[in-house]
Amino acid sequence: MVGHKHWARRTAAFVLLLPGVSGLLLFQLIPMVSSGYISLTDWDLLTEAEFVGLDNYVQVFQDEKSLMSIKNVFRFIIGYLPLVLVFGLLFAVLLNRKMRGVKLYRAIVFIPVITSWIAVSIVWKWILNGKSGLLNYVLSLAGIEGPVWLQDFFWAMPAVIMVTVWKDAGFVAIILLAGLQDISEDYYEAAHLDGAGSTYRFFNITLPLLTPALFFVITISLINAFQLFDQVMILTNGGPAGSTSTLVEQVYKNAFQNHKMGFAAAQSWVLFLIIFAVTYLQYQLQKRWVTYDR
Amino acid sequence: MTDNRSAKGWLKLVLSHSVLLASAVVFLFPFVWMLFGSFKDSLEVVKMPPRLLPSEWKLSNYTQIQTYFPIYKFLFNSLAVSVVSTVLQLLVCAMSAFVFAKIPFKGRDGLFFLFLVTMMIPMQVTLTPLFIVFQKLNLLNTYAGLILPGIFSAYGTFLLRQHMMTVPDSLLEAAYMDGASYYRVFWNVMLPLSKPALATLAIFAFMSSWNNFLWPLIVVSDTNLLTLPVGLSKLQGRWSTEWNILMAGNVISFIPIFVVYLFAQKYFIRGMTLSGIK
Repeated sequence: MVGHKHWARRTAAFVLLLPGVSGLLLFQLIPMVSSGYISLTDWDLLTEAEFVGLDNYVQVFQDEKSLMSIKNVFRFIIGYLPLVLVFGLLFAVLLNRKMRGVKLYRAIVFIPVITSWIAVSIVWKWILNGKSGLLNYVLSLAGIEGPVWLQDFFWAMPAVIMVTVWKDAGFVAIILLAGLQDISEDYYEAAHLDGAGSTYRFFNITLPLLTPALFFVITISLINAFQLFDQVMILTNGGPAGSTSTLVEQVYKNAFQNHKMGFAAAQSWVLFLIIFAVTYLQYQLQKRWVTYDR
Repeated sequence: MTDNRSAKGWLKLVLSHSVLLASAVVFLFPFVWMLFGSFKDSLEVVKMPPRLLPSEWKLSNYTQIQTYFPIYKFLFNSLAVSVVSTVLQLLVCAMSAFVFAKIPFKGRDGLFFLFLVTMMIPMQVTLTPLFIVFQKLNLLNTYAGLILPGIFSAYGTFLLRQHMMTVPDSLLEAAYMDGASYYRVFWNVMLPLSKPALATLAIFAFMSSWNNFLWPLIVVSDTNLLTLPVGLSKLQGRWSTEWNILMAGNVISFIPIFVVYLFAQKYFIRGMTLSGIK
């Protein structure tokens, strides 16, 4: 009886895990390993792959387009991260207030988050249009002559940043809102009794206790930022003159348009290593600023 | 003193409302602009100075779009792919999660760790080989090619496992005592108890499948199989100036996800926060 049960248990575990594990193997682990191998070869999908060692990696760091795309991603992050955090935090604090209509506001802030990047990018491309765009019209009312946003070497990246902040602020706000709601009222009551003002309370209670949520949001946002792709494809296609080109876009174009499979795989590994290094660094630094004791 | 405080309170309230109201306009306006733009004609849509409402409401953009691209076919493809991959993802993840949470065997923890590791592999790294796997399996330009990678989610497995761990063993034991098999307990006890977690995952899975761009872009080139995001991106490539047509396409792609959002909003926001931090 016991033996039978043991057998039944192992069979059940096997049967129930079969689809999940085979998917994991076929669509994750095997591609992961072969990607490592492909990155060491010269391969155009048609002819036999030729083993070239680390050549592709050396090339990535000599290739102007690759270097520019890496630089662009850091430019993106420098603009994007502070903005999305400030706006996200502002909305989180406001949406945490007990007031009429707050649920409706929460729903509205979140609408850009659920919409596909493609639909969002197409609308913004129209709004950002140089001559007939709505934004430049509004600016002209204030006497400002707006740039040709998406075709301007300098302004294309700020435009991409602006649209991305617009789309992601709601996501950041919702995560931080959950963090805010986790903070016990007791802290505020104690501070209140001590006569602490609201600015003091924000900087000495809210912000420190919100650091775990902030840490989480920063980690996710950084990982997403390195994978910048969808919006860039529609808004600028990497241009003008590569000023908004990103690593994922380079991987896509090299693999599926230029058929440089080995080089693209190497680029994707470089991207992975950058993300890994940044995330690791962030985890190390968190000890300095994230407060977990409550 | 109290008067002073309430005056300050009022000021704060007014300030909060005005900031939120202004932001709500900024968040919503592009969608409103898109909606009205989809009813304008090709001249009015770029006319300066712009007008919010169309001078004449033209429904023709929604029919004309079909003559260039089978957009309603794209809509069908997107719906089919999203619904099927969501249902399958729930099933596959729940099956794995049940084992990881409730059926112990040797080596289970190691296997689960492997699942967690795959969560850290960025999509871009597996992209090229994954394409080759699908090419070898003859799955390029097929529905299966669009659906399959979306079914296996280590993240979904993890999410459901976390929930299933909280279901007391005694509940399951009672069913085993009555002679129920593992499969029966999974189907008749665990799944019904996991409804909230399943609902959360369902929304995530649907949304990510609906909005997915990179994979469908790669796996499908046949126009009849394109999903909406890829279809729209090709549409904008060819019709870069016909904003009214593009906006009609955009509206068509926005409505289904918006309807899902309206119905599932409560779960959506809670799920987003729960699965995020905890």
